Amino acid sequence: MTMTVEARSLTLNYGKTTALDELSFTLDGGKIYGLLGRNGSGKSSLLSVLAAFRKASGGEVLIGGEPVFENPLVTRQICLIRESVDVVEASDRVEEVLAFAAERRPNWDADYAASLVDTFQLDMRQKVGELSRGKQSALGAVLGLAARAPLTMFDETYLGMDAPSRYLFYDAILTDYIAHPRTIVVSTHLIEEVARIFEEVVIIDAGRLVLHEPAETLTARGASVTGPAGQVDEFIAGLTVLNEKQLGRTKSAIVYGLLGAGQRQQARAAGLDLEPIALQDLFVYLTTAKGGSR
Amino acid sequence: MFNDRSPIYRQIAEQIKGDILSGTLVEDEQVMSTNQYAAFYRINPATAAKAFQQLETEGILYKKRGIGMFVSPNARAMLLTQHRERFFSEVIDPMVAEARACEIPLEEIIDRLRQLANEGRR
Repeated sequence: MTMTVEARSLTLNYGKTTALDELSFTLDGGKIYGLLGRNGSGKSSLLSVLAAFRKASGGEVLIGGEPVFENPLVTRQICLIRESVDVVEASDRVEEVLAFAAERRPNWDADYAASLVDTFQLDMRQKVGELSRGKQSALGAVLGLAARAPLTMFDETYLGMDAPSRYLFYDAILTDYIAHPRTIVVSTHLIEEVARIFEEVVIIDAGRLVLHEPAETLTARGASVTGPAGQVDEFIAGLTVLNEKQLGRTKSAIVYGLLGAGQRQQARAAGLDLEPIALQDLFVYLTTAKGGSR
Repeated sequence: MFNDRSPIYRQIAEQIKGDILSGTLVEDEQVMSTNQYAAFYRINPATAAKAFQQLETEGILYKKRGIGMFVSPNARAMLLTQHRERFFSEVIDPMVAEARACEIPLEEIIDRLRQLANEGRR
């Protein structure tokens, strides 16, 4: 029960604004994907088009090999949880929203939903419009997880949640994914705390694909090199340098690219400190690169 | 639980090696599944799988199809050899370099080592 996601030259315009710009990528499915991008990079637009909430201005989306737009057979396999929970009426109670989801979602697991409601301490009788921001996000988490949709997407479904709730959410995604493998896309700004559950990472910037890599490969690619300025310069010559800074004669550079055993040895011999960098830092460097292009 | 200095899969591999060296995991014993590791450490199962893959390539673990991963019969002996080799390049060599940087004569280090070895014998 896994779904491939294919974007082909996907373009989305809002009037004169280009939100998605010839975006192409393929997700094999059956994995947890992290979708990362700065504010306004097009994450929400992309998810909306993938879920057929919006029609692409150009290009196409294939989900499980099928065009997604106005294709109910495909869209019922997709669950997108947006920043603001989609409800019919703000006066609906939590229990009514869940009952409505149970009717619409072919794989809905009511017992699991009930246990998640307990986990996030949601009040079934409360009106959705009266929920705090964090509890609204928690409701979104319940709706997304219990739907067990073959393609499940969470668009920053953590806003307002406190740290314990967010960790409960990440744990729930992971354990439920292990028990019921499916394609899960998580868009987030809080990279550091959730990075470990990602198998692959997609980074977009200004509506374009920056990269799509296995998470482990990505972190193995970034390294900080620190040592005497001369030696650092010699070592980084010819490498992709994302950032450089200097303190007295000591220089530190962030390089991007897989370093071989030979290079690592060379660094050690030259007295340089080679350290991996966290995904979040790598993301910052990759999306603030000079001129925005690499 | 994990530090950021090396990829998580490598840290898991090191932990399993540590367990084999200390005798917590014995030869031909089954190790936890990738899903169990993933759930316990709260990491993606693919990350745990990568650690297993690396250990299988190194000959530390072997796979029984459909059952799981097991500790190789000679895993501990292999690890001991590896660690002895690494001891000199990773412990002794940097120590000598450090001593040179702070101008400690080699004799002083040797005396110290002898002293520690003698204390250990008592």
